[in-house]
Amino acid sequence: MAMTDCTKLDVAAIKADFPLLQREVHGKPIVYLDSAATSQKPRVVLDALDTYYETINSNVHRGVYQIAEQATAEMEAARVNVARFIGAPSATGVVFTKNATEAINLVAGSWGRANLAEGDAVLLTHMEHHADIVPWQILQAERGFDIRWIPLTDDGQLDLTDLDQLLDGVKLLGVAAMSNVLGTINPIGRLVDAAHAAGALVLVDACQYVPHISTDVSAWGADFVAFSGHKMCGPTGIGVLWGREDLLDAMPPFLGGGEMIRDVRLDGFTCNDLPWKFEAGTPPIAEIIGLGAAIDYLDSLGMDAVRRHEIELTDYALRTLGDRFGDKLTIHGPADARLRGGVISFAFADLHPHDISQVLDEHAVCVRAGHHCAKPLMRVLGVGATARASVYVYNDESDIDALADALASTADFFLL
Amino acid sequence: MPGLEDLYREIILDHYRNPRNRGELEAPPAHRVEGFNPLCGDEIVVYIDVDDGVVTDIRIGGQGCSISQSSASMMSAAVKGKTIDEVHDLTRAFKAMMSIHESNLEGEDADLDEVAEVKLGDLEALRGVVKFPVRIKCATLSWNTLAQGLDEAQATAEA
Repeated sequence: MAMTDCTKLDVAAIKADFPLLQREVHGKPIVYLDSAATSQKPRVVLDALDTYYETINSNVHRGVYQIAEQATAEMEAARVNVARFIGAPSATGVVFTKNATEAINLVAGSWGRANLAEGDAVLLTHMEHHADIVPWQILQAERGFDIRWIPLTDDGQLDLTDLDQLLDGVKLLGVAAMSNVLGTINPIGRLVDAAHAAGALVLVDACQYVPHISTDVSAWGADFVAFSGHKMCGPTGIGVLWGREDLLDAMPPFLGGGEMIRDVRLDGFTCNDLPWKFEAGTPPIAEIIGLGAAIDYLDSLGMDAVRRHEIELTDYALRTLGDRFGDKLTIHGPADARLRGGVISFAFADLHPHDISQVLDEHAVCVRAGHHCAKPLMRVLGVGATARASVYVYNDESDIDALADALASTADFFLL
Repeated sequence: MPGLEDLYREIILDHYRNPRNRGELEAPPAHRVEGFNPLCGDEIVVYIDVDDGVVTDIRIGGQGCSISQSSASMMSAAVKGKTIDEVHDLTRAFKAMMSIHESNLEGEDADLDEVAEVKLGDLEALRGVVKFPVRIKCATLSWNTLAQGLDEAQATAEA
């Protein structure tokens, strides 16, 4: 496994940790530039899944036999690991969900249903992912509150000019820590301060942030933070909702079933303690343990080194694409790599993103084409779709060069 | 392994660069129908004039990839002046080429022979799309939108 010093990532060694990155596509080495959709998984994570199933597979929190106790201990150790990784005061507020989408639905369905009514408002932003829009729209149909929107500036940042006005009467602000389309990093600390001053809670969608930037939910002062495991070297099927314990305690349960109860009688039930109150049914035990292994892997690289690497690589990508394609290529979002993550959405001449990604695939370059589950943002940008390249710890300048070469051949193919 | 030349045939690129029947018709009297591909955000608008069971004019608006735009362009050229029945046959034949056998779902295999008789002309160039399953929806978007427009035109005529 790649071990690196605290200053610079050894990308060649890191790449060797990822079995999938050793394969070829169309006879060429794969160039994977879609980590904002899902990251690849290092061998240590795959091994953790195998080891769980081969040695301690059993249901948690029930059996008194040895392997069940081991499975429970490993799952709960992963919870402690998650809490430490995001700067949570304790593991009690770390709720495991299926993904970040379920985490946000949990907040809307439990806290929202209990606390939002006609005359209330929820404030979202034009750059939110559908996962932080639709759960509120579903609840809005039932409860009749208002949804307001923070607009964007021309360079793809939140326009906070009228923030205080927008926050007036708002009960919850839902905001992405980093845009999955523009790469914009939002000023969460400032937003939390303003929201709290206005009496609103803050839910942070940190899906694109936690995998890439050292996260401290306590320093943010946020009330709820949602993210998913599969974008941070972990398995699919595991997400996290971190919530302030006093809030989670006061909230009604979300899903009902086993595990989330202390007692069930014919005339009712009482809830289990946090965090299990929100974890009905058998949890994704292997995936939770796999997420713990992914966090250990990221820790071994060092999150500060990860961030420095991505700033350098994003800067290289912005310069390379700009130098090689000039006005033919438009990059959405902030131009300064320090203000953004390694998510690069672009328009290339008048080519449709589907056609771009089809030709890139021929060169084994994997990028995303589409609306990236952010259709309101696509409308603000005035496009139907974008092509999106996104980088992670295993990408280096050669991947960006391969992208640029493949784009040049796309231009040739369509006779631009 | 299918290559790019299987997908992007020269005639497809020609229709993409020089789309036929691009524009709008005044609606009403024309029928205006919108179609969406939720996967990629493509939007298409089909305008048709139907007179006495014949598609007398057609225009295409909206935005999309080269496959959806060229398919719409070729479709507009193929259906203009055809009767609604002829357009239905052509649609079925096109979808059969895209491996979408709607009649099979209803257990009417006999229709396949009829479909094979329909001449697709330029539309044959889109045959390669079937090797790229994700793109089949791009090729069929305009056809599904047209079918909806014809249904509405017929309903209006019968009302």
